[in-house]
Amino acid sequence: MMDTFVMRHLPALLIAVPLFAAFLMPIVGGAGRVVRNAWVVLGALATSAVGLALAWKVLATGTVLYVFGAAAPHVPLPMDSGGIPIRIVFQIDALSALMVVIASLSSLGITIYSLAAESRQSGLETFYAMLFLLIAGVLGMVSTGDLFNFFVFLEISSLAGAALVAYRVDNGVAVEAGLKYALLSTLGALAVLTAIGILIGQYNALNLATLASRLQFTTLDKLALVLLAVPLAMKCGAVPMHFWTPDSYTTAPSSVTAFLVVSSQASLYGLFRILFTLYGPLLSWATFGWFLIVLGVLSMFVGVTMAIPQKDVKRLMAYHAVSQTGYMLLGVGVGLAVLGNPDALAKYGRTAMAGGLFHIINHAMYKGLLFLTAGAVFYRAGTRNLNKLGGLGHDMPWTMVCFMIGALAIAGVPPFNGFASKLLIYESVFRFSPFLSIIAMIVSILTLASFVKVFHSMFLGPRRAEFAAVREVPAPMLAGMALLAVFVVAAGLAPQPFVDRLIQPAVEALVDRAGYIAAILGGI
Amino acid sequence: MKMTKIVRTTADLFFPFCLVFGLYVVVHGHLTPGGGFQGGAVMATGTALLLVARAYDDVTGRIRKGAMKVCEAAGLLIFLCAGFSGLFAGRPFMANWLAPDGALFRTSIAHGPNAGDLNTAGLLPLLNVGVGIEVLGGLTVILLYMLSGIKEEKKK
Repeated sequence: MMDTFVMRHLPALLIAVPLFAAFLMPIVGGAGRVVRNAWVVLGALATSAVGLALAWKVLATGTVLYVFGAAAPHVPLPMDSGGIPIRIVFQIDALSALMVVIASLSSLGITIYSLAAESRQSGLETFYAMLFLLIAGVLGMVSTGDLFNFFVFLEISSLAGAALVAYRVDNGVAVEAGLKYALLSTLGALAVLTAIGILIGQYNALNLATLASRLQFTTLDKLALVLLAVPLAMKCGAVPMHFWTPDSYTTAPSSVTAFLVVSSQASLYGLFRILFTLYGPLLSWATFGWFLIVLGVLSMFVGVTMAIPQKDVKRLMAYHAVSQTGYMLLGVGVGLAVLGNPDALAKYGRTAMAGGLFHIINHAMYKGLLFLTAGAVFYRAGTRNLNKLGGLGHDMPWTMVCFMIGALAIAGVPPFNGFASKLLIYESVFRFSPFLSIIAMIVSILTLASFVKVFHSMFLGPRRAEFAAVREVPAPMLAGMALLAVFVVAAGLAPQPFVDRLIQPAVEALVDRAGYIAAILGGI
Repeated sequence: MKMTKIVRTTADLFFPFCLVFGLYVVVHGHLTPGGGFQGGAVMATGTALLLVARAYDDVTGRIRKGAMKVCEAAGLLIFLCAGFSGLFAGRPFMANWLAPDGALFRTSIAHGPNAGDLNTAGLLPLLNVGVGIEVLGGLTVILLYMLSGIKEEKKK
């Protein structure tokens, strides 16, 4: 089974399948609603199946290489290349596999959800084409081993994301948010491109592993580091560059918002990859560890305090997304800060990174779930204003249950998955600096307070006359939410298998810079 | 806005030449400067020429948005299928399996200056054609949307 045709070409299929689904969409869209929906489901199922199979293969057999256009897919250095991987190489290690799993699960949930949620909109074939492009862009970003290729996929996901944010024109409000997102993404991508230019000008290579092995840390390299790290921190929504998130997350259709979260996390992956793998030991660990920690603490605190006064439920959740990103930055930042100290790394550094990485997948699931429930409420009640909503729990019990699961998970209440990853972060960060750990706990308490308020104003209270026609949302929307809710509960009840099988290998991959380089250049 | 008969006739005359030149740039993509994107853009300027010289409704009778959208998707599909074809030749995605021993575009080029043989480069001409069709469709749709404001002035 391991060496069948499909298993051998999984990394290529990971990109080709969603692209194929996207490109055929305008033609299939002409054949009627049923055919189009069937094609959407087929595309989403195939993409997720390829993603999960690839992740399974990586976790079972180690890093998977795929060289596009070569004589054989797993030989990065052909005889005539002179010791440089000249072609585009996909290098999927355990960290990439974690991100692929996140994108696969989330994309399946949101596409099923969107079948019903978007059914009242026009121009759906374009919507789905863009959605599959976004999925392909995110999957490409997390699996490529080539810096320029990373830029290309960053652009694909940014442009498709901007188009989707603007999809519901909404009297120009959504278009403004889309334009803002497109402008900032383009600016960020330009900076990334400049950095890539600086690197290829000096080292004559684009492959991440090759660059990492040749890097001298000249003044230009430091400039390139800034030009890479800042845009990626902006794209993952870290304070003080978070200002695009509330607008984009609020106005995008909810299914898209849930995947924009994953897209932001792909940028977070890029940031970690640049810091750990590309620059690695050239950096001063403490400085850049604290760079991530400060970004993280700022994001956590500013995000949650901005969330509390919001009236729009999706805007509130968007600020919480900023706040939760802070936990990931904090966890991995602590790991980076003690990377040069084997003793501290063994004691709590790896646990902190495991907490941060585990929080990425947990966040994608529960925050996706929360955005989907907000979309479900908007779908039936027609408003996102918390002051106008109320009493929906009577008629939308399943949506309410899903919301409760998501809200308790984001607040870090056991036995949901948010608790599992936050506990890892609290414990390990406490040994690094008790003060940071206390901030993290306070932010969690504020998050809980905020979501208690949201729960109360949306679902509790007597039935309201203006929402008399409200019913439970259609089955596809419930199915999409249930998929994510099941993961939230499962990873909360039994976190150990997830940590052992998925997270620990990812932490090892993040730390093991030499292994990443050797996977490409080891053949010399 | 209504252009004179001279302008309209000239635009009509130039339109096929635009297409032919664009097509030339596309199919010579692997030999000369330019390629799929550039050639496709040249072809799409033909539409821009017609749109400027004539009224919008007059042009959409000949160049349809729906057909152009199909062009866009078809071009992308050609590109993707060319990539897939490598898999079925037992090589990785996007492998240039046509180049030394395929049925088409297989001639090897001798080192040094040469006149430029069209029948070379394997998969690359196919990729160029795919991109050319895609850009022709995509840019034409964009032009039609952006210039849809150009209308014939009502006679008083």
